[in-house]
This record gives sequence, C-alpha cells and structure tokens, in this order.
Amino acid sequence: MTTSVSLEARDVHLAFGPNRVLRGVDLTVRRGATACVIGPSGSGKSTLLRTLNRLIEPDRGDVLLDGRSVLGDDPDALRQRIGMVFQQFNLFPHMTVLRNVTLALRRLRKLGEDEADALARAQLELVGLAGKANSRPAQLSGGQQQRVAIARALALKPEVMLFDEATSALDPELVKGVLAVMADLSAAGMTMVVVTHEMGFARRVADTVAFMDRGVVLEAGPPEAIFERAEHPRLRRFLAQVL
Amino acid sequence: MDPLSTLWETFFDVDAMREALPEMLTVGLPNTLILAVSAALLGSVLGLLLAVAGISRSRWLRWPARVYTDVFRGLPAAATILLIGVGLAPLGMQVWGPDPYPLGILALSLIAAAYIGEIFRSGIQSVEAAQLEGARALGFSWSDAMRLVIIPQGVRRVLPAWVNQLIALIKDSSLVYFLGLVASQRELFRIGQDYAATTGNESALLLAGLFYLALTVPLTHVVNWIDGRLRHGRPATAPADEDEDDTDPALAGAPEGDRR
Ligand SMILES: Nc1ncnc2c1ncn2[C@@H]1O[C@H](COP(=O)(O)OP(=O)(O)OP(=O)(O)O)[C@@H](O)[C@H]1O
Ligand SMILES: [Mg+2]
Repeated sequence: MTTSVSLEARDVHLAFGPNRVLRGVDLTVRRGATACVIGPSGSGKSTLLRTLNRLIEPDRGDVLLDGRSVLGDDPDALRQRIGMVFQQFNLFPHMTVLRNVTLALRRLRKLGEDEADALARAQLELVGLAGKANSRPAQLSGGQQQRVAIARALALKPEVMLFDEATSALDPELVKGVLAVMADLSAAGMTMVVVTHEMGFARRVADTVAFMDRGVVLEAGPPEAIFERAEHPRLRRFLAQVL
Repeated sequence: MDPLSTLWETFFDVDAMREALPEMLTVGLPNTLILAVSAALLGSVLGLLLAVAGISRSRWLRWPARVYTDVFRGLPAAATILLIGVGLAPLGMQVWGPDPYPLGILALSLIAAAYIGEIFRSGIQSVEAAQLEGARALGFSWSDAMRLVIIPQGVRRVLPAWVNQLIALIKDSSLVYFLGLVASQRELFRIGQDYAATTGNESALLLAGLFYLALTVPLTHVVNWIDGRLRHGRPATAPADEDEDDTDPALAGAPEGDRR
C-alpha cells in the first residue's frame, strides 16, 4: 500500500489563447487532507485540476507532490500517482466494469490476470459493487458508474485523488452514495482535491475550502472560516447564491 | 422459336449452368474468396494505418494520408488495377514470377484501404475527447490510450460501413480478370464470362451473378444486424448481477496517511 502525499500548486498560470484561465493559483493540501474547491462556473476549477496532474501543462508556476516539483517528471508516470474522477465518469463503454478497473493494472502495472482481477474485485467490493464486475457501464446507474470510476482510480493506489464535480451529473437520490465513498476515502487519509457544488459535503469533509474566482484562489481556509466568516465580498455573494 | 423463349434460353439455360457449375464451385468461388478476403485483410490493416496517420498531430503523416486517400478514391478501380497490375508486372516478375495474382490483390487492397481508412478515421474521430482524457488520467500514454481505448471504440462504431466495403471488394475482385489470369486462377466472373463467350449464351454469367448475390446479400444482413446491435446495445450477456442499492457503500482500506 502506498502513502498519500502533500500537494501544492504555486502561482499556476494558464491561458487558452487570449483567455487567461488561471492567473496565479496557489493551493496547499497537507498530506492526508481534503481540499474542496468551490467557485462560479468558468472560474477555472476544472482547468486547475487538469494542471495538477498535467493533463494540461501550466504556462508558469509549479506543482509539488511531497514538496518536490513534478513538472520535470514523466507526465504518464505522474498521472499514475494521481487518481482523477470526472463529472461524466469517463468509463470505457466497450469493456466490462472489471476490465475498466484491470486495464491499467495489467497494462501499466504489468500485473498478471489473476492478480489484477483479484485486486479489482476487492476494490469494487469497497465501493459496494462487487456484484457488477461483469456488467457493462451502460447497464449501471450513474451513481454506480461513478463508484466504478472511483474504484478504477483507487486500484492504482494513488497518492492523491482529484474529483471534478463527481456528483454533478447524478440524479439527486444517487448523490449520497458517491459522496459517502468520497467521505470515507477522506477519513481514511487520502489527500484529495475536490471540486464540488455540494456545500454540505465541503462543510463536513473538507479541511480546507478554497474559493476560486476568475482564475485565482481568492480566499482559502477551514470550512467554518469560509462559510461563517467569509471576508471577500465576491465569496459572500457566491455563498448567498448557492446556500 | 418465339422471341420470349429465346430470351429465356439466353439467360436461364439450365444445361449451360450445370456445365459451368463445377468449375465455378471448385475454381471460381475459392479464387473470388481468396482475392476478396486477402484484400480485405490487407486493406483493413493499411486502412487503419491511414486512419491513424490521418488524425496524427504531425502533418508529415496527415498530408501523405490525405493525398493517398484522394488518389485511390478518385481513380476508377479498373484503372488502378490495370496501372498496378501491368505497371508493376516487371517488378513482380523478379520477385515472384509471372503470376498476376499478388499484384491483383495488392491493387484491390490499396483501393480498399483508401475507403476503409476514411471509414475508420470518421469512427475514431467520433469517440468523445473525454475517453482520451479518462485513459490519459490513468497514466496511459497517448499511443496506448489510442490503441486500447479510442481505436477499439471508433472501429466498432463503423463496422456496418466496413462490411459495406467488404461487399464492394467482393464485387471489385472481378476486375482482376484484366490482368490475364491462367485457367486455374479465374474467379467467378471470368469463368462465367468464358462460358458465355464460348456458348453464346449468358446463362453461365447469370450463374456467376447468383454466386455474387449469395455472398453479398447475407453480408448486407450482417450490416443490418450489427447496426441494430450498435443502436440498441448488445443483449445482456452476463447473467443479471444481483441487485445492490446505491447508497452507503462501505469503504475500508484506503492509503495509510495521516488520520485526522
Ligand atoms: N480545452 C479548452 N480550450 C479552450 N478553453 C477552455 C478549455 N477548457 C476550458 N476552457 C475555458 O476556460 C475557462 C474555465 O473553464 P473551467 O472548465 O476550468 O471552469 P470551471 O470553473 O470548471 O467551470 P464549471 O463550474 O462550469 O465546470 C472557461 O472560460 C472555458 O471556456
Ligand atoms: Mg468544471
């Protein structure tokens, strides 16, 4: 089993052409801590997550795992250390649930079939889906699909987990099950960055809440400070809208 | 004889058909199948390479793929087969002798590759970018993600169009008769035509036509079947998994980190 590590973004900048989406983002997540990122649509939350695992290369700034810059690392190897869960799950529809989880174990970790299957089944068991191993993603509910996606990421024993609005595409009654998995993972000591609109989750689970607006983290702090004693007017306005 | 029965005799002379049948079965059919199947295999492999080159980020791959596709789709199949079969014959002579067969297969493959490449390319490009992102986020390189996740899905989506291309290949395989085949190499069409020429009766050619239909019509139904399956999803193969509710999954073993 691996150990989770601390994560830090320092002055991260990124522009898509003339559109300066990230304008100097700073974010620090202690080892084993959970940071929730909140903020209005288009503020750059998803883009920030993608620069953390270098699905997008930042133009400027630094990303550190365990205090060490990862921008010089092999990006594919880096992404094996960082699990990511998407709003739309991004499961592979042409494979069974089990194969979705074993693909990276077998091709990247070079595990044998039996070992990979056993590991994947154990991971599916943990998210309550042991019985769905042979189903296709399309045969599952959205909530179940998202839990498979989480199991798929966790099977690689990541040191950090990134969640991009993992419950936004789900029917309301399915949200709870996915949030429960995420809360358990947080309590078990995974370092997590969670972009979310679920303010209740942020309040209960986060160690740090970071408010992003127009490409910067405008305000960050423990949930009580953010939700009860917000300083910045824009954050207060945002909270007034979503709470 | 009245004109109607003359017409009937011209196309449906059972004796003429019976005479041509053994050779069609033992020589023509196998040859047609060899030509079509080997060109389908080679054409599909080349087509896949063309498709990947066509979506490459390097223009040094994209450009040649584009030009190749335009040329081989734009020329009449008969012209391409003659150009390659006759034009490369001296070269073929040195490699495998006077046999026009390999060049015929090559020409058919090169033509099919242009069409199949376009089919595969459109399928691959129809796969959502999120699939690539999902694979890359797991740590797969771009080429592994393409090979394991994107291409299998893209190709699956265009299987009906691909089967249509196989149908076209079966029909186009008749064109290699241009290259002058020896008796044992003749495919269905050539045998039918030879019998028709010697007897002055078209019945053998009609019989060849029936053979083509026997090959192609079932394939069109395969197309429809695949199409339906892609549209409505595959019938549930796995035995229905036991139902599980969507709430409260227990999560125990996560990484050992700081307990808070
Ligand atoms: N691949 C891309 N190419 C060009 N522009 C992009 C790309 N991805 C995002 N953007 C732009 O970057 C800005 C921030 O987008 P991003 O998805 O990071 O916002 P967000 O905070 O996640 O919003 P939401 O809450 O709606 O998900 C938007 O203006 C968006 O149009
Ligand atoms: Mg987003």
